[in-house]
Amino acid sequence: MKIIVCLKQVPKNDSVLRINEQGTWIQDRDLTYEINESDAYGLEAALQLKEKHGGEVIALSLGPARVQSVIKEALARGADRGIHLEDTAFDNLDAYGIGTAIAAATKAEGFDLLLTGLQSDDYGFAQTGVIAAELLGLPHTTIVMDVELNDAGLRVKRELENGFFQWVNMPAPAVLTIQSGINTLRYATLKGIMAAKKKEIKKLDAATLGIDAASLAPRMEFRRIYLPQKNKQTQFIEGSAGDIAAKLIDKLKNEARVF
Amino acid sequence: MANGIIVFIEHVDGKVNRASYEAVKAAQLIGSETGQEVSAVLLGQAVGDAAAEVASKKVKTVYTVENEWLKKYTADAYTQAFRQVIEQVQPALVLMTHTYEVRDFAPKLAASMKKILLGDNIGYKIEDGKPVFTRQVFQGKLAVDVAPVGDDPHFVSFQIGTFRGDESEAGQAEIKALSVNLDADVVRQQPEERFKEAKAAVDLSQAPLIVSVGRGIKEMKNIELIRKLADALGAEIAASRPICDNDWLPMDRQIGSSGQTVAPKLYLAVGISGAIQHLVGMKGSRTIVAINKDAEAPIFEIADYGIVGDLFEIVPALTAEAEKMKQ
Ligand SMILES: Cc1cc2nc3c(=O)[nH]c(=O)nc-3n(C[C@H](O)[C@H](O)[C@H](O)COP(=O)(O)OP(=O)(O)OC[C@H]3O[C@@H](n4cnc5c(N)ncnc54)[C@H](O)[C@@H]3O)c2cc1C
Repeated sequence: MKIIVCLKQVPKNDSVLRINEQGTWIQDRDLTYEINESDAYGLEAALQLKEKHGGEVIALSLGPARVQSVIKEALARGADRGIHLEDTAFDNLDAYGIGTAIAAATKAEGFDLLLTGLQSDDYGFAQTGVIAAELLGLPHTTIVMDVELNDAGLRVKRELENGFFQWVNMPAPAVLTIQSGINTLRYATLKGIMAAKKKEIKKLDAATLGIDAASLAPRMEFRRIYLPQKNKQTQFIEGSAGDIAAKLIDKLKNEARVF
Repeated sequence: MANGIIVFIEHVDGKVNRASYEAVKAAQLIGSETGQEVSAVLLGQAVGDAAAEVASKKVKTVYTVENEWLKKYTADAYTQAFRQVIEQVQPALVLMTHTYEVRDFAPKLAASMKKILLGDNIGYKIEDGKPVFTRQVFQGKLAVDVAPVGDDPHFVSFQIGTFRGDESEAGQAEIKALSVNLDADVVRQQPEERFKEAKAAVDLSQAPLIVSVGRGIKEMKNIELIRKLADALGAEIAASRPICDNDWLPMDRQIGSSGQTVAPKLYLAVGISGAIQHLVGMKGSRTIVAINKDAEAPIFEIADYGIVGDLFEIVPALTAEAEKMKQ
């Protein structure tokens, strides 16, 4: 089983986000980055499938030079090799553009299973895997909480709303978007980190992949970025920890009357 | 020329998902501001009753597409069928509520027409006579306004709860059946029955007081701090999804769109950022208190009382105070 897993590098979850001077996006100076949460679960799912059924895991990331650290992290956790899609033509793509680049690269590579996280923690488009599937002409399932292989292909567990789930059967190759919590993440061992140094990372650009400008052209335009408006009047309680505790208990008792 | 707004109506076995009426309401508002007619579409088999229900809303036409391949939802069949509806009706805008099902097929549908879904919006405004949509980025920490680029039709979904579906205007619509050609070979997913995992051991929906913990707690061993506070208040303990994903607390303590929905007298959120998938599970609580070190955390947008600070200092103080109150 050959599995390609897509990993996006996103600003660390607890980053302080500052809007840039043009008001179009955040300032990316001073940010530190990590693997997008659900993508990390996708990587773990790929590694566990490989351990059970044999095969190969390829970690793919699109972005500037800094995203190599995400690929290296994946190699250290056990992925066999990496693919880095790097090109200034790939800067600021929307989900269609990213899906186009991923579809081209993974088609050239060939695979049985393509995994992505269900959405990124920065843009949150929740579309990349599905768009890639459509462009590749392959079946997909989203928000996946379990993956089984059988003779006919795949049996995957879709999370639904209100506590429901559903198993879906599909032929392989296929594309799955993985939900956080599907498994327990592993960490890279020292041995893994050493082994990763010898693993290959292949770089690919738009020209090599034969991607034309029209398919990367933006299909949406960001007009502005801003802090969300507040709807509710929050009473902020200040002081020392002891003061805050006393004030809050008093307000809950005498103002909100919850006790 | 493409014209009009078409609303996707989701259903399970003919029972309309109430969240779809939120998209109907959105379409009525955008339609009246931009002078466009609103229609709706139902894909399935034997959807007559559902269509009649939707036809009691103020929309011009309710289109139905009935086909055996649409009996159970699959992304493949829905995409094929919906695309043919769009080709026949030629709408300028396709509106949906951002449910799990829409997340599953709408990006594929849009991509099959070389377009993109403008997904998960929390509002819209009209600029130069055209709608521009507002969506959250960075899990609700920031908002962006986005406009579709290129020719009609555009595909747009709104986050659940953005509009009041029960406030959609009533009316009398015509029901019109459309036929589509579905190529069975193209339907590759075979869904089994929907099911629930073994019943949750704890039902938090009746708990009057809840202390809920998020990733701000950092490590499993620190959950003890929260447990002490919950005990001192006589409250149930609950959590955000990452806490349950890590097995720091059992799954049946999870609050949110993929966990339980609660509406206690008091919901005390500790180290929870307030992502929408969490908020939908607790925003009906009577009094919401949030403790978070980040003054910009989205949880403060819905909190009655806010404490900006380090939970590791505030929680023990609060526990001591609650114990004092008990005596
Ligand atoms: C389809 C789908 C379904 C989902 N379903 C659910 C669901 O049912 N329930 C759910 O909860 N989530 C759900 N999620 C996940 C959701 O999007 C968020 O990722 C999650 O709610 C974040 O949890 P959190 O607030 O605990 O963590 P984070 O977002 O990491 O927030 C941690 C917070 O702790 C604060 N903090 C850190 N240290 C301290 C300190 N010392 N003192 C005080 N504050 C501190 C930080 O400022 C931050 O605001 C779902 C996501 C998807 C895509």
